[in-house]
Amino acid sequence: MKYAGSWLAGAVLGVLLFLAGLYYNPLANRLTVSPLAVSGQPLIDLAYSTVPTDAIAFTNNGESRISPYPEKIAELWEPTVRRTTVLVTLFTGSRGQAKGVGVKFASESERTSLLKGHALVDSAWHVYLPESGSLFVDQTENMWSYVRNIVLPARFSSADSWRGTWYGITTTGPNALGTARVAGSSGRFADLTTEAVEAISARAYSALQGPVSATGNLTIAAAEPASN
Amino acid sequence: MLKTFILGVASGVVIAAGLLYLVPAVDQHREASLVSVQANGGNTESFHVNLPHDRIMFGAADKDAIPASLQWPRAEVLGDTQVELFKIRNRNDVVVGVASRISGTGTASGPVLEWALHLPARGTLYANLQPQPDDAGRRSGRLRAGTREFAAMTGSVNERLVRPDTAQDGGVFEGRIELVTALVGLSERSE
Repeated sequence: MKYAGSWLAGAVLGVLLFLAGLYYNPLANRLTVSPLAVSGQPLIDLAYSTVPTDAIAFTNNGESRISPYPEKIAELWEPTVRRTTVLVTLFTGSRGQAKGVGVKFASESERTSLLKGHALVDSAWHVYLPESGSLFVDQTENMWSYVRNIVLPARFSSADSWRGTWYGITTTGPNALGTARVAGSSGRFADLTTEAVEAISARAYSALQGPVSATGNLTIAAAEPASN
Repeated sequence: MLKTFILGVASGVVIAAGLLYLVPAVDQHREASLVSVQANGGNTESFHVNLPHDRIMFGAADKDAIPASLQWPRAEVLGDTQVELFKIRNRNDVVVGVASRISGTGTASGPVLEWALHLPARGTLYANLQPQPDDAGRRSGRLRAGTREFAAMTGSVNERLVRPDTAQDGGVFEGRIELVTALVGLSERSE
């Protein structure tokens, strides 16, 4: 009996050690240098707030800690869409001026593997910039670093919140260099095929409400000079 | 005793790793794809939106928003831009995804009408359509891009508003929107 107890205690410690190893895995660090930095192409930078109440609309399955916005917006409770969120937001340029609107669909990816430090999200942006044109961004995002450095510390905090400065590039594919695939459709972007990356700058997060102060940046490699 | 404890630690590591490896962290619910094969290759699939129940949001300047509490941004650059979100259903009337429909008259693009259909277990379709409907109320367009299951596809996407004569003030339609895709693999087309 004492051997069984010893084995069980060891097994529990083993599980905890393994989980600690996953949590502190140095190989799963965030990417902070954009693969587009060396592209040489002019870049279009579109900023938006990731705080749901700053958005035009945000919805999910209604059971998440992050509430849909605004009030009475339909929730995605059906089995096929309950692991999906949709954000409708205003994009601003580098000087804070409005540039257009974007719709972001994000679904938890079945390729998620915590063993590899991959908390993957399959996401797509539908972007319309009236003065430029429209485009579509297909990307795979790895949110593990965001979850590990912001969401979990906020949950573990006695104040149910996290404050600090965090920057990370979430895009990890589907292109080989870890960039998103972009397809233009109209205006200056008609028939354009290029790449993009998305990054998050976070300053405050509440375990009860979600992001409190955070900005997302969608950077698109443009085929021609873009006026920001 | 110590050896048993160390064996337990090793077992714990193996059990945790094995569980994480074998049990998928995410398992998206799937509905069967209701696809019809076309005579000339490729396939067709139809989706629809039941209005007003499947409309998640509608936003545009100077029009009644859905939900009513939605605040459309007061940005001049948006002009007559309209954004709508819908739940989309398959032929069996089961919700299989969400979709955005954006329209507007851009200074660089002229009139634009586009759909993005996001099917979480399958991928996303992005299509641009003729802004003006034909006499039968249909808008035709082409698939501009697709992801995952639709990444190597090309073809057409058609929209039809059924019972558009029940339009409310502000141009918000009630009834049903039908979307029909006719897609063929890029490799099949090049053969």
